[in-house]
Amino acid sequence: MQAVLEGRALAKTYRSGDVDVLALRGVDIRVAPGECVAVVGRSGCGKSTLLHLLGGLDRSTAGEVYVEGRRVDGVSDAEWARLRRRRIGFVFQAFHLLDAMSALDNVALPARLAGQDRAGARARAGELLGELLGELGLENRVDATPAQLSEGEQQRVAIARALVNRPAVVLADEPTGNLDTDSARAVLELLTTQRGEDRGLLIVTHDPRVAAGADRVVRLRDGLVVGDTTLAATGTRQRSSSSSRAGDGSPVRIADLGRAAHPLAADTADDRGGDLCDGDVDRGVGGGWTRRRSVAANVRSDQRRARDRHRRSADALGAGERSA
Amino acid sequence: MLLAARPAHGYELKTELERHFGGLLPALNDGQVYTTLARLERDELVESHDAAGDARGKRIYALTASGRREALQWLRAPAPEAKLKDEFFLKLALSASTGMGDAMALIDAQRHATLQSLRDLDSHPRDGDDTVPALLREGVALHLQARLRWLDVCEERLEN
Repeated sequence: MQAVLEGRALAKTYRSGDVDVLALRGVDIRVAPGECVAVVGRSGCGKSTLLHLLGGLDRSTAGEVYVEGRRVDGVSDAEWARLRRRRIGFVFQAFHLLDAMSALDNVALPARLAGQDRAGARARAGELLGELLGELGLENRVDATPAQLSEGEQQRVAIARALVNRPAVVLADEPTGNLDTDSARAVLELLTTQRGEDRGLLIVTHDPRVAAGADRVVRLRDGLVVGDTTLAATGTRQRSSSSSRAGDGSPVRIADLGRAAHPLAADTADDRGGDLCDGDVDRGVGGGWTRRRSVAANVRSDQRRARDRHRRSADALGAGERSA
Repeated sequence: MLLAARPAHGYELKTELERHFGGLLPALNDGQVYTTLARLERDELVESHDAAGDARGKRIYALTASGRREALQWLRAPAPEAKLKDEFFLKLALSASTGMGDAMALIDAQRHATLQSLRDLDSHPRDGDDTVPALLREGVALHLQARLRWLDVCEERLEN
């Protein structure tokens, strides 16, 4: 199958003072349609340089770049700019949204630059944002400026912008680097699900969780590829066995961990405020932390219990799953 | 442990385990549950009686007083932190001295396996972030990430 993006024997030498620094020393890499490739390696291994060469943001010292089978490493800057607008989407760690524009206009901008009329560009942008932000209930915030959005939301907008012209490949440089765990996971899911069957995705990352989400992981060290491993697709197989038994009970909720609803918890409540390790049953354990609950913690747990009561009554009105 | 909440029959216990551990738990067969209950009964930590009005002869299990003490003791004691309970660790340490393995190849193979585990873990259907199984999965993910980082450290030190 023809690669959507390919680099052959890519090399890059930087001049630093009087010495040449070999950032890349002959790297072969290809991204097939629908494939997600993660490039990993320590800082300075050349992974960002590789992404820049493949996206035409920088020129290689030697080697070839192909976009959808067409050799492009020798084309003019203007032609690279056209390619980036139409065939290559970029997602960066720092989002790089334009602060003066709304989310919608940020997303519409590449479509406008590619020659689409304002109404068409905004319609396409609105549609994409609805799709990408809809599950967060943010589809009505398309007029917000980047500063009014959280970092996770900004990265979603940036992904929408990268996709607006339906590129053949998306290049992402540490797309989760500025995000908390939950946003990172949501953004990764979005990137991988949005690629569909044709679009390739190349992610440069040092986040093992992002790498694990890719189909293939390429490791660079000192400007060379030192590892290339294909991960097996995992469906929902682990769950299929237990889902056949589903209906027996939904997963226990974290809120339930804090509630004192059964005899054992009632027992430990007797020495609440005391040392958890001073009971006779604990002799010999020794050295435990004394955990005195602060007033604030008690208030928090009271609030939690109130929420639980509320939720439990809601459960009771519903399925009555706990009667089993 | 679950019997501390209330007496239950075997099937209820199995369902409760699944509610707590979700897909992290290898599929349990009924036999394992009943063998465990029988062992606990032999040790007088658990007692059982026939369920009232149940023609199929279901047995209801309950904790005995010493079972409760045992459960409480187990719960309150901090879990031991395993330091050397890691098979890869042993393989790496022994590969060189036995001359049977290439440490770098071991690291590469383990890295692949760990990445795959992390991938499998993250491709679980999500129970919702507010569930206990999701919280436990997050713990497993962090362990796997620490492992990957440690493999990088191994590689670095071996190079030097």
